[in-house]
Amino acid sequence: MSTSTDRPDPEASTLALSRDGRPVSDRGDTVCVIGAGPSGLTAVKNLREHGFGVDCYERETGVGGAWNWRHDRSPVYASTHLISSRPFTQFPDFPMPDSWPDYPHHSRLLAYFERYADHFDLRAHIWFGTEVIRVEPVEGDRWDVTTRSTGGYGPERTSRYAAVVIANGHNWSPKLPSYEGLEEFRGEVMHASSYKDPAQLRGKRVLVVGAGNTGCDIAVEAAQQASHCWHSTRRGYWYAPKYVFGRPADQVNDTLLALRVPLRVRQWLYHWTLRLTVGDLTRFGLPKPDHRVYETHPIANSQLVYHVGHGAITPVPDVARFGPYGVELTDGRQIDPELIVFATGYLPRFEFLDPKVLGDDAGTGRPTLWLNAFAPGHPTLAVVGLLQPDSGVFPLSHWQAVLFARLLQARRTRPERAAAFAATVQSRAGERYSGPVKDSSRHWFEVGHADYLRAVQRALDTLEGK
Amino acid sequence: MSTVRIMRGREWARPVRPVRREVRSATPDLEEGRPPLLFVPGYGHGAWAFAEHWLGHAASRGFPAYAVSLRGHGDSEPAPEASLRAYVHDVVQVAAGLPRQAVLVGHGAGALVVAHALARYPARAAVLVAPVLGGWGTFGAALRRNPAGTLPAVVGGRLRLSRGQLFSRELPEGEARRYVSALGRASRRAQWQLLSAPDPEPAVGDPPVLVLGSPDDRVVPASALTRAARRYGSAPLLFPGMGHDLMLDARWREPVDALLDWLEKEPAAR
Repeated sequence: MSTSTDRPDPEASTLALSRDGRPVSDRGDTVCVIGAGPSGLTAVKNLREHGFGVDCYERETGVGGAWNWRHDRSPVYASTHLISSRPFTQFPDFPMPDSWPDYPHHSRLLAYFERYADHFDLRAHIWFGTEVIRVEPVEGDRWDVTTRSTGGYGPERTSRYAAVVIANGHNWSPKLPSYEGLEEFRGEVMHASSYKDPAQLRGKRVLVVGAGNTGCDIAVEAAQQASHCWHSTRRGYWYAPKYVFGRPADQVNDTLLALRVPLRVRQWLYHWTLRLTVGDLTRFGLPKPDHRVYETHPIANSQLVYHVGHGAITPVPDVARFGPYGVELTDGRQIDPELIVFATGYLPRFEFLDPKVLGDDAGTGRPTLWLNAFAPGHPTLAVVGLLQPDSGVFPLSHWQAVLFARLLQARRTRPERAAAFAATVQSRAGERYSGPVKDSSRHWFEVGHADYLRAVQRALDTLEGK
Repeated sequence: MSTVRIMRGREWARPVRPVRREVRSATPDLEEGRPPLLFVPGYGHGAWAFAEHWLGHAASRGFPAYAVSLRGHGDSEPAPEASLRAYVHDVVQVAAGLPRQAVLVGHGAGALVVAHALARYPARAAVLVAPVLGGWGTFGAALRRNPAGTLPAVVGGRLRLSRGQLFSRELPEGEARRYVSALGRASRRAQWQLLSAPDPEPAVGDPPVLVLGSPDDRVVPASALTRAARRYGSAPLLFPGMGHDLMLDARWREPVDALLDWLEKEPAAR
């Protein structure tokens, strides 16, 4: 069982000096995990299970990361619900209670992560209120991690770790597109990250930009609360209902996946099902999708089309430019919203790390990794949860963490297997795990859950093969 | 053992139907930080079998103790169509609902359920009591010793165990009769799966596993105990002179004390 002696103790650990002469406390074989959100928690749990000591740093004062609405970087709004059903969202070895609905509310998710942390006694290994400001590779494939109190108070301290897991999340740094004339616009402008409650929309003329899951949710709430809602999308999308044939849609889809029905056939079946149930979307004024289903991140929203049918949402194309009192659309139409909500997504950021470490030599913000987790040339580093799957992300994070823990074990017990793994990382970094996907900054870490998990299974089998 | 199976398409696409489950418990007056125990009764038995003696005794030694009735057993919801997978689901659901990482204790065919549950829940440790791990060997032994109780199960009838198989002669006849009359039955599908179930997948987190039983058990032969223990790299702990239902037999105290002593000594289980 864990005790407080697991924590870094400057008296007990050896002091070395870093390159620029700061004292470094050597934490031996301990692994550092950055972030105590869902991915960080599963990394702590699985590393502990494989016998590693763990120090986890969390800038907030609670677990749950993005799913903890108390956190200032949390993107959840009052009505956030899961968009993948329970079997695809829960950790594979810690199921959500049977009595919960198919698509639980975000407050339940937080309760689930808190219970996970308590059940496996993870909090004893987490330093709350501590943010990581620098992570630097040092010789011997080890890492110097510099931390300080969140908000910049107090002294910095540097500890040396045998390995690092980056689980800092990718839904907290808002991505704001630039539009001509946006500064001149006299109305209110917000990013979806600061949207919390439908009261913010009540009685206003609202323009929602973006057709991700958040954009569609906000458009649906605006349809019920605002005096009018325009929903601007760049292209046509497939709006997948949450239920088909009386069952959660993802479970129906995975029945086909389990039978290994080819992608083309699944696409055809899906189009056919949607045509029969939802019908022709262009009749509602929505643009025709310019791609096949499964080629962009799925949007699970049963209500959007319904509210379009009520006339409460007016679908409009992309914004061309803003004026002081109105917005001009790409089809030349003028509209006059008072409030604009940009549901334009988030960008992953690793400001504590030299981008080159993650293979992002050009500084574009896109790391080059294998399995979206392993960086070439750094065998003791893993990124966990940098995935945008067509299902829940948490089981994928779990298996990434398991694979990394087994890799660290193999470095001790079967170094030749670990070396072969490193060679694979080198040669296959940048691989994709989905069908052809429409490229945008939102989609580069998009994966199909079945393709991705099969790839992880192969990696695990190769690492451990008899 | 086979390797970890990540792709679980069928489990994702066809989740087990939720049911109401009976969970009986006894918790110590003073929380001492010991891991909770979850007892899983074998086919035909319900949580009552452990509530009789073992739950209270474990609690008196400082272990929070729980027992679940598999669906269709005891006071859990009836489930005539239940499969082994549904039973495993019941155990994992209850285990994950406990406040801390649990020790799973399976008796009889409940040990088979636990062996499979270990692949879906990282138990702190596991104890298999008089384990019926299935396969044709089990079937042969059952046919030899109790043909009249076993044959009906072949055509989907109830697998019937006699008083003489379950208890030693030391147990007063009145009590033995009361216990036998409380027995129910597992679903026919789950009974058949005793023969056909695949080997359990590897246990998550590699927990320590203890096997205990009686060499005079007339359901599980001593050789089966040795085989089960060897599968987990140990030797069985034996309690001569007891029947299959060690938790109800006259000397119920000895095996449960041995089990709790083992948990106190085993470093990984603490």
